[in-house]
This record gives sequence, C-alpha cells and structure tokens, in this order.
Amino acid sequence: MSSRTLEMSLATPGLDSEGRPTRIPLSVKKGSDDEFGAEHMLINIGPQHPATHGVLRLVLELEGETVIRCIPHVGYLHSGFEKLGEYRHYNQIVPLTDRTDYLSPMANNVCLALAAEKLMGVTITERCQVLRVIACEMSRIISHLVWLGTTGIDLGAFTPFLWSFYQRERIYNLQESWTGARLTTSLTRVGGMLADVPDGFEAALRDFCRTFPHTLDEVDSMFTRNSIWCGRTQGVGIMGADDAINYSLSGPMLRASGVSYDVRKDRPYLGYDSYDFDVPVGEHGDIYDRYRVRLEEMYQSNRILDQALDRLAKLKGAPLNTDDHRVILPPKSRAMSDMEAMIHHFKQVMEGVAAPVGEAYFGVENPKGELGYYFVSDGTAKPVRWRIRPPSFINLACLPKLCEGALLSDVIAINASVDIVMGEIDR
Amino acid sequence: MTAGTVALSPSVDLLRTAFGPAIRRASVSCGDTIVWVDPERAHEILAWLKTTPGQQFNYLTDITAVDYRDPEQPLEVVYQLRSLGRKADLRIKIQLDKAAPPLAVDSVFDLWKGADWLEREVFDMFGVTFRGHPDLRRILMWDTYAEGFPLRKDFPLRGNFTRAEQTRQVLAANPEANYSLEELTIADAFDELPEDMKRRLAQGERGEIR
Repeated sequence: MSSRTLEMSLATPGLDSEGRPTRIPLSVKKGSDDEFGAEHMLINIGPQHPATHGVLRLVLELEGETVIRCIPHVGYLHSGFEKLGEYRHYNQIVPLTDRTDYLSPMANNVCLALAAEKLMGVTITERCQVLRVIACEMSRIISHLVWLGTTGIDLGAFTPFLWSFYQRERIYNLQESWTGARLTTSLTRVGGMLADVPDGFEAALRDFCRTFPHTLDEVDSMFTRNSIWCGRTQGVGIMGADDAINYSLSGPMLRASGVSYDVRKDRPYLGYDSYDFDVPVGEHGDIYDRYRVRLEEMYQSNRILDQALDRLAKLKGAPLNTDDHRVILPPKSRAMSDMEAMIHHFKQVMEGVAAPVGEAYFGVENPKGELGYYFVSDGTAKPVRWRIRPPSFINLACLPKLCEGALLSDVIAINASVDIVMGEIDR
Repeated sequence: MTAGTVALSPSVDLLRTAFGPAIRRASVSCGDTIVWVDPERAHEILAWLKTTPGQQFNYLTDITAVDYRDPEQPLEVVYQLRSLGRKADLRIKIQLDKAAPPLAVDSVFDLWKGADWLEREVFDMFGVTFRGHPDLRRILMWDTYAEGFPLRKDFPLRGNFTRAEQTRQVLAANPEANYSLEELTIADAFDELPEDMKRRLAQGERGEIR
C-alpha cells in the first residue's frame, strides 16, 4: 500500500521531504543529455478544442512527436445527475437521461424505463417493446452517424460529414414528430411510452430504411479502401482482445478488438433475440476496425428497423402501455370524469410510484457501449441511488494506454475512434 | 420478481466452501445475486472469482458505492462482475462502517485495469480510499474541491458551501493555473517556477479557500 494515496484524503496535494509534489509516479525518461530527446514537452489539448469532441482536456507528454504519456482531464461538464436522481421520482429521472448521452437520448430513455421496470416488476406490452426497439436503433444510427462525420472531419475528410449529417437530420425529424423534441426526447415512462408514433411515422421511417443504406454505401466507397483513411487508421490505437476485456471496454470498442460481445445477443432484452441481425466483430482492434464495426452496425440497425416496422404493422391497435395501474396514469378522459381515477392520477403525479425495497441493474447495448442503470430502492418513490454505468467514461479510461507511443496526430484519431460524449462521461 | 423467487447463483455455494465466514450474506434482488463479503478479504475473493475455472468473472462491469438514507446503515461498495464466456453476473458488496473512518478497501486495479477510473470516481464521490491504486485522485470534481463527497447522503444537494462562498472561490481561483503539480513536474517545469508560485501551487491555488 502506498502511503501517498492515504494522504490524499481530501483536497490537499502532499509534498515529500524535499518539497516536491508527491503525486503520480512520473515516467519522465531522460534520453541522452546532448540530444533533442533529452527534453520532454508538455502539450495541452482542450478543453475547448473541436477535436476533443466536447470539453475533454488532454495533457500530453511528448518526446519529439511521440506521446510518452497522456493525462486526460474530465469533469468540466459534471452536472451531478446521479445526485439529482435521488431527489426525483422514477419518471422524473427520464429527462435527466436525455442529457447524459445527448447523441442518443431515446436509447437512454429506454434503458431507464427498463431498469425501473425491472426494479418494480412491471411487464410491458409487445407493441411497447417494438417501439422501444425502434427508438434504440434510430438512436444507434444517429449516434454512429455523428461519430462517422466528426471522425472524418478530424482526419480531414469533409464530404462524408455532410452526407451523414443529412441522414441524421432525417432521423431527427422523425424523432421530433414522435416526441416533440429533437434532443430532449424523454420518450419513455415506466410501463410504457410518452406517446404512440404519429400518423405517417411508419411510412417515413420505412422510406428512411430504404434510402439510408445508399449513404452508407457511399461512405463505404469513400473510406474503406481510401489510402489516406487506411494510412491514418490501420494499425493505430491497437487494443488486443484480452486488454479490451481487462479495461472493461464495451460496445464497438470491445467488438473491434475481436470480442464478440453484444448485450442485445448475450443478454437479450426487448425481444432482441427474435430479430435477425448480425454482430460485426473486428480483428485487429485498431481505429480502422472500429470504423468497420460501426459502419456495419448501421446496416444491421437498418435491418432491425425494417423488421420492427413489420411487427408494428401487425400490432396495429394493440395496447401501448401496460395495464399495471400501479405505474400507469389513468386515461385522461377517465381522470376528468371519474373521482377515483382523478385521485389516482393526482397521487401518482404528486407522490410518485413507490418501488419495492431492493435493487436492480439493467444494461443495454447503447451506441457507445453497454449503458447500465443501477437502482437501489428503500421502498419510497425516489431511488436511494441511481448509478449510471457510463460506457464512454469507461471506454475513455483506456485512452492513455492507446496513446502511449503514438504520434501526436494519431492522438486525435484515437480519441475520435473511442466515440465519447462528454455529457455522459461527466454526468 | 421479489427476493427469494429466483435461486441464488451457484457461485455462492462455491464461495462459501472456499471462503467460509468471509462470505457474510447472500440474497437475490430482481433476479440478481448479491453477495456481501468481508472487506478485508474482498480482494482475495474477487481475484478468486476472476481466475477460478468455472467462475471466470473476467469482466468488471462496474464499481460504484451506495450511501443509504438511514445514517446507521453502512456505506456499500458494489462490484458488478460478469463472465463474458458463461454469460453470468454476480454482484459483490462490501460494507464499510461510516462511523469508523478511514473508509478503505483494497484496489482491484491489479486485477482489472478498468477499475482505474471507476475507483477514482468512487473516491471522488464517496470518499472511499482504494489501497494500492496507483493514481487515486479526484476525477469529476477538481483536485482542490473542498466541500466533501457529493454523493454522500450528508452532502446537501446544493453543496456544503453557500452560493456566495462558492462564487467567491471561483473568482479567487487563478485562471492561469492550468496545470496540476504532476503535470508541471513533467519536463521539469516545476523546478523552473518561482519559489512563491511553487508554494502557492503546493497549497492548491486552484479554487482553494484563502
């Protein structure tokens, strides 16, 4: 046990006997004194830098152009969501989840509802499951499109950015027509959904599914065999399969390293086991494989959307919300005409829905990786603890390892390949 | 879905055989098995779970902590383990008595590198020290944050300091102090600083109360 760690009980950095800071053991390696290699340079990137994808700050120790050490600083966007969640009813937490991973808000909403339903023992209707699958896969596509566009820009390719953001906009329009919001969707409720899809939604989404793969094909022809793209990404930022597991990576980061683990396949939820889709797995664990995995995932999401739309058509008119009156508000018409229903409505809104004593962890496959919500309940309507297992946070923690020994310009590419969103990292 | 309707994970019996009284309690909540273990032997038990054939909980899903509303209840450190191969999950919990600080457990960084930032976050938010962690410092809050540990239940939602005090500290912070001490030590920049600046930095100039 190092004595240093215990000294840091609060916020006072310690000093050793010679008055030097006693912090991380430093890796300053001295080269030969007469050469340029003798001096290490300190470079600061961010927190306001477009290539860090948010308010991430990286402090790099360089020897020449080689990165010796990378120290990420996070927390600039810390909003205390987990603390706020302890002061809110389960349904009131839904808006907080919009703002964590703000590139895929609907998928976060779904995860929250699933975790709360697991805690309360609520089963949802089939139609609700299908709509949630649609929400998750739409989110996966828009999140991966943002990743594709911004990573392309980071590596100097501007055109695919325009293509991908155009397609993303089409999904945002659908999202807006469904939830009334482009970003803060708050789509789910415990036991059901905010709303059913509007008229014309299915047709518009079907049209998207039909035309969207064309854009992916174009990106594919632009990037996959592009020598600049290959040169910048192949063999850069390699993470082996064992290391990827050891670093608790998840999502495309894990799969690009050759570990075939997808929560949708391995711990199916929302009936994902009944959909026909493939999980792309990389081989080399480098940036290029991460790109291939994400690109293929968009094709697969498109396939799932197609199948989900077929099911939705079959379930036309089926109930959307569960009939569990513990968690679902009575219909507005009844609440306005029936005394008991009105009291029920009032109590549920004002007092919230009490969850039984216990705890539940629910993990879903989010675009960034495995998003998990962990609720601990003491029997009241507000959770004792709401923990977010943030995939970007855990994926980003391996950045120092990926950057070690890489070139400075590769750091930008590696950081982009992790696919982070700071709202979720800092929470 | 209440406790007891679903059987405990078979790992629990094997753990009891291997570690006896160090396995304090086990229960099921919403289908997930939870095992409370002796804090002193937690590292040993987690290492056993990771490496023993038939267990192979090779994936550390999450480390977090729970502070209950009842001040008598101990603080719990929670490990969510998963075996990717067997598709099994296990939740290991350690109870720490808040009345007997320091709250400290052994770091599992040597078992899972992924524990690095997760343990830093628990340290940052709950003040639990992880013995043997190579770089245990605050992660989401800044280094000199002095209000306490935000996710503890005795920490009010708006913070321990008044809004006026918080504002005063922000205004008093030196915006030029961009680098932490360990970063300045890189390339020996720390040695080249003027003496008074070294002293101020050592006191934690960024946001420190004056």
